[in-house]
Amino acid sequence: MEPTIPQTHYLNSPKGLKSWLFTLDHKRIGIMYFAAIMFFFFFAGLLAIILRTELLNPGRDLMDAEAYNRFFTLHGAIMIFLFIIPSIPAALGNFLLPLMIGAKDVAFPRLNLASWYVFVGGAIFGIYSLISGGADTGWTFYTPYSTSTTSSVSSMLLAAFILGFSSIFTGLNFIVTIHKLRAPGQTWFKLPLMVWALYATALIQVLATPVLAITLVLLLLERTMGIGIFDPAMGGDPVLYQHFFWFYSHPAVYIMILPGMGIISELISHMSHRKIFGYNAIAYSSFGIALVSFLVWGHHMFTSGQSELAAVIFSFLTFFVGIPSGVKVFNWVMTLYKGSISLATPMLYALSFLVLFTIGGLTGIFLGALSVDIHVHDTYFVVAHFHYVMMGGTVMALLGGIHFWWPKMFGKRYNEFWAATSAIIIFIGFNMTFFTQFILGAQGMPRRYYTYIDQYQSLHVFSTYGAWVLGLGFLIMAIYFIHSLIKGKPAGNNPWGAIGFEWETASPPPTENFVTQPVVTHGPYDYDKVLIPREMPTRSEKVAR
Amino acid sequence: MDTTGTLFLPPANSTLASEVDPLWGFLFWSSTIMFAIVMAMIAFFVIKYRRRGQDTLTTGNAHNAPLEIAWTVIPTILVMIIFIWGFKSYIKFYVAPKDALEINVTGQKWFWSFDYPGGANSVSDITVPVGKPVKLLMSSKDVLHSFYVPNFRIKMDVLPNRYTTAWFEATAVGDYQIFCTEYCGKGHSEMLGKVKVVGEREFAEWLEKSSGMGEGLSLEEFGAQLYKSRACNTCHTLDGKKLVGPTFKGLFGREEAMTDGTRLVADENYLRESMLDPKAHIVNGYDPVMPTYQGILKDRQIDALIAFIKAQQ
Repeated sequence: MEPTIPQTHYLNSPKGLKSWLFTLDHKRIGIMYFAAIMFFFFFAGLLAIILRTELLNPGRDLMDAEAYNRFFTLHGAIMIFLFIIPSIPAALGNFLLPLMIGAKDVAFPRLNLASWYVFVGGAIFGIYSLISGGADTGWTFYTPYSTSTTSSVSSMLLAAFILGFSSIFTGLNFIVTIHKLRAPGQTWFKLPLMVWALYATALIQVLATPVLAITLVLLLLERTMGIGIFDPAMGGDPVLYQHFFWFYSHPAVYIMILPGMGIISELISHMSHRKIFGYNAIAYSSFGIALVSFLVWGHHMFTSGQSELAAVIFSFLTFFVGIPSGVKVFNWVMTLYKGSISLATPMLYALSFLVLFTIGGLTGIFLGALSVDIHVHDTYFVVAHFHYVMMGGTVMALLGGIHFWWPKMFGKRYNEFWAATSAIIIFIGFNMTFFTQFILGAQGMPRRYYTYIDQYQSLHVFSTYGAWVLGLGFLIMAIYFIHSLIKGKPAGNNPWGAIGFEWETASPPPTENFVTQPVVTHGPYDYDKVLIPREMPTRSEKVAR
Repeated sequence: MDTTGTLFLPPANSTLASEVDPLWGFLFWSSTIMFAIVMAMIAFFVIKYRRRGQDTLTTGNAHNAPLEIAWTVIPTILVMIIFIWGFKSYIKFYVAPKDALEINVTGQKWFWSFDYPGGANSVSDITVPVGKPVKLLMSSKDVLHSFYVPNFRIKMDVLPNRYTTAWFEATAVGDYQIFCTEYCGKGHSEMLGKVKVVGEREFAEWLEKSSGMGEGLSLEEFGAQLYKSRACNTCHTLDGKKLVGPTFKGLFGREEAMTDGTRLVADENYLRESMLDPKAHIVNGYDPVMPTYQGILKDRQIDALIAFIKAQQ
């Protein structure tokens, strides 16, 4: 029997723009976040393609150095503050967390809506900075450049400051929700690993973000009122700024990647219908990562002029953040063993993640080693490394998650052929763009360069072609998702035959999430005990029909 | 000594490079092997356990203590080896030998200048003797910069409020690229230079020549030399093209509108003022970004540059 879409669900009742703008439903707020972050992702992605195109030749192709500096600052600032930090927690997490723990909503629905409006408020300041000429400092706002440049830095600082509050609101809400609203019988060790990951992320959001806020305020005071804190001309210390900045921004890297790891734990287990290997190890390693993430900020500063002793201690501690990440990868790989592995699109993204995140993690070891870091610091090697972790890691996980839960969010299927094709194109384009940059960086090509010496050109050209391929992959994705929204076939309540409360309710779910309170009767990944029929045929089954 | 470079690394031309490159090699090969093992396992499992036909219950273990301990302990040992190795070579990078030749390095938007013992100075390019340790005592006049020589594997930030140091001992004669690797604005990617490594005798000759004042040269010839060695050419062309600053072609005697509304003729006094106090009068359409050459250029050098600019008609 073909599945159908229920008459009323959270998307269509109540109706009207006002019912969306004042909604307290976590699912609608999740969708509103989703729309906002996807807009910024495509915008900043377009900036990236323009930047790569400028780098096709040394010297001027499309723009001058000043415009280039504004473009790369915008690309970084938008991707970090307006896309990747809110992406998984605020969009997918908002939608999924109450569903996964069998709750009607988050603990503080009004705070949840407020966080979205604060996000939009921050975004408006960011856009104001853009139309008033844009900032040219890089997303890191290093002093004394950021206090002396005439570009539109203050509004960009305010944007990041305001966005921080939206992040804190979401984190606070999630912590309380996970503590107080779990379904009967859902003990901590019966929680889906995505929930553990969101919990660890929320802790970092609440503890680290205030430090960024304070740092940005100090910078603003220095810039607007001339109070000397960081600028040596006024008696300040620029290295102090770097300490403050990375005290937030290194843990923030884990705000970005931990939720991605949560999604991957879900995808690998559910798409291979196999009990997750090492549940406890994965759950605890999220906390291990969260804890150590606060102690390694100085590895961004090995060449900054901080004391040698500090550099040595930070290098030592940095290696301990690698171990729990490695443990997670091994657990995911072992989960595939004796599974029943589907290669539908969400799994293609999960496998992409395993490949790219492993490369990202291993190259992180290079950067943790002091003397090797001296050579590759502030080169394209670092650029490649963090794109492998952030885009190859978090973005691949996000895309896998979107493809996995899309049928639940909108009740519709997408075209599996085009989805798989675009996943493969994105994988190829990504590696063309960024693996090349490992070589460029090791050869000495510095980052944030508008032009470069001739010997680097062939690698730059190849990397730019990769960016175009990547752009093509995302273009295809935009088309089939829009097509799915308009003409997609009903997906059914549980297209993947997956365990989890979110799959026990209708697709899309009703406003109240569940008709009756769900109760835990088995573990979150008990594929050795429970067999649930799938409603979405695989590609090969479709061909057989 | 490997001087050809590999796919990843540029040629190694300093004593430090031969400390760093073996660690790089160890990292490269151990990660490659680790990566290959993980990928082979994924590929094998995905092919072997691919879903075919009906779904069934799966039976794999969810826990295996010896395996989990092994994959925690072995990587920990590996990274500790890497930490100690990286630490040891870092200490060598940090501590300069006592007998090192000390050269002061100044970074400013957007060029490097170098002061040698005995009064010689140079801009953009630093000349050093081969096989002798050289210690750089570095500071900035404006924002952060970072001094990077890929072939030597050295890099150090240059700060406005304090001195930082770096040292190297070049192992082969040649020209090696200098980059600025801390973002410093508009001219960041053109804040380039060369380390010119020469023999001991050539270095002594060079020192003598560059502390000189162009003896035996006409002012115009000396000016042409300074135009390059003092990095005027990074912002001012001779062919009429506009870079960060106005071209020198036809500059002398031209009347220009200034940003403060006045009109000035580019005569000898204006050119002198532009070198020593460049922000005093800015030509319309240009940013006030030129650094002062007060203290860098001596009187005869200024005379020489003016003579050179006069000749560019």
